[in-house]
Amino acid sequence: MLAREFVLDLDAFEGPFDLLLSLVLRDELELVDIDLVEVVVAFVERLAERDEIDLEDCGEFLVLISSLLELKARGLFPDEADELAELEPEEAAEELARRLAEYRRMKAAAAWLTDRLAAEGDRFFRLGPAPLAPRPERKLAPQAPALLAEALRALAIPPKAVSLRHMELRFPPVSQFLDRFRSVLARRRRFDFDTEVAGLPRVDQAVAFLALLELRKAGEVELEQGAPFAPIRVSRLDLSLEDDAAATAPAAVAAQEGTTWTARSA
Amino acid sequence: MDRPLRLVQAAPPVTQLARVIEALLVVASQPLSVEELAAAAADDAARVEEALQLVAARFAEGESGIVLEHVAGGYAFRASRDAAEACGRLFERPVERGLSQAALETLAIVAYLGPCSRPDIARVRGVAADSVVANLVERGLLAEAGRSDDAGAIEYRTTPLFERIFGLGSLAELPRLDDLGGDAAEIRKRLEQIAASRGA
Repeated sequence: MLAREFVLDLDAFEGPFDLLLSLVLRDELELVDIDLVEVVVAFVERLAERDEIDLEDCGEFLVLISSLLELKARGLFPDEADELAELEPEEAAEELARRLAEYRRMKAAAAWLTDRLAAEGDRFFRLGPAPLAPRPERKLAPQAPALLAEALRALAIPPKAVSLRHMELRFPPVSQFLDRFRSVLARRRRFDFDTEVAGLPRVDQAVAFLALLELRKAGEVELEQGAPFAPIRVSRLDLSLEDDAAATAPAAVAAQEGTTWTARSA
Repeated sequence: MDRPLRLVQAAPPVTQLARVIEALLVVASQPLSVEELAAAAADDAARVEEALQLVAARFAEGESGIVLEHVAGGYAFRASRDAAEACGRLFERPVERGLSQAALETLAIVAYLGPCSRPDIARVRGVAADSVVANLVERGLLAEAGRSDDAGAIEYRTTPLFERIFGLGSLAELPRLDDLGGDAAEIRKRLEQIAASRGA
């Protein structure tokens, strides 16, 4: 039987018509998703492939497809189905007649419009670019401008700059402490390193210590420490007395003196 | 001095107002109502109507190539009918060309029952109205008229262009629905006859 066995290839379903029917009847397939026109087209195509038309096939298909259409219509308009189901046969006939009458009147009105169009076909007039129709107003919910302003004001305040202080580790230049220790040593023969750098941040103290090592390397100072963690005493080596050039070219002298210092300390 | 002193109103004669109205109608691209004409001419509505009669007499079919007509709730100039052939060679009229039966039925439904939504139209015609309505909106014959109160569906109404194309002064000039036939009782009788003949 062609009517039941012809194969469908639809968006929502692929397979024989028979299977489609049973799936629909078992509520496993929504009829709403099935384009029934495509089913009809597929059937007619199969039919066209045949040499002769089997009336029984066609009849069966008509019955099946019309019940599918009715099912689909009921599915699409459930309220209306209820509404009509509630009606008594008498009322249903009344309703049907009323609807048919309404449609017939509209068809008559359309015919009147057609005649009118034919009669008025020779009326020419200027058409403006914009038709008179005013644009329908889209209604908005009641608005409170003050609330909007408040919300925008909150957005307009620039955010606080994020502090990056914890990320920076600034090292003061070693030269700063070199100068400082030299000037201290110009006034005093010796000083206590710990008291000199007391109150400075740890990083600064570390840099100050580097400066101290630098001075010792250059042979400008002598360092003493009684015990581990004991205060470091810094005393001046009087280079100016040993060599006059030291005052004018301390670096050169330091390099020169460095060797003697190393030898002395060793 | 028994007669009271009469103020001589220096109102321009109606003929002058008629010339102003002619000018307004020439520059307008759509029908103008008496109120709009009165506002533009800064004159009295009653005098505008009087002047319109003068204009209508001058621009009448057979008198002039331009004809004044009352259409779409206003007044507008159009070409005279004897010039229609020439106008047709110059212009095409895409708005009303090729209106399908479905489109005409939809127009009739909206014109009589409007504003109504697409489901309303589908209910009367028994088929979906979406593409027909979209086409008519594109042609400018239907326009949106807000949303329905219950379901919130977009409702449509006919436009002034519809009235103009069909040469209607207003929708009130459509024939009464009762005069168009389609009597429910008569249809009922026929339905019953058919049912009876089937049963037999």
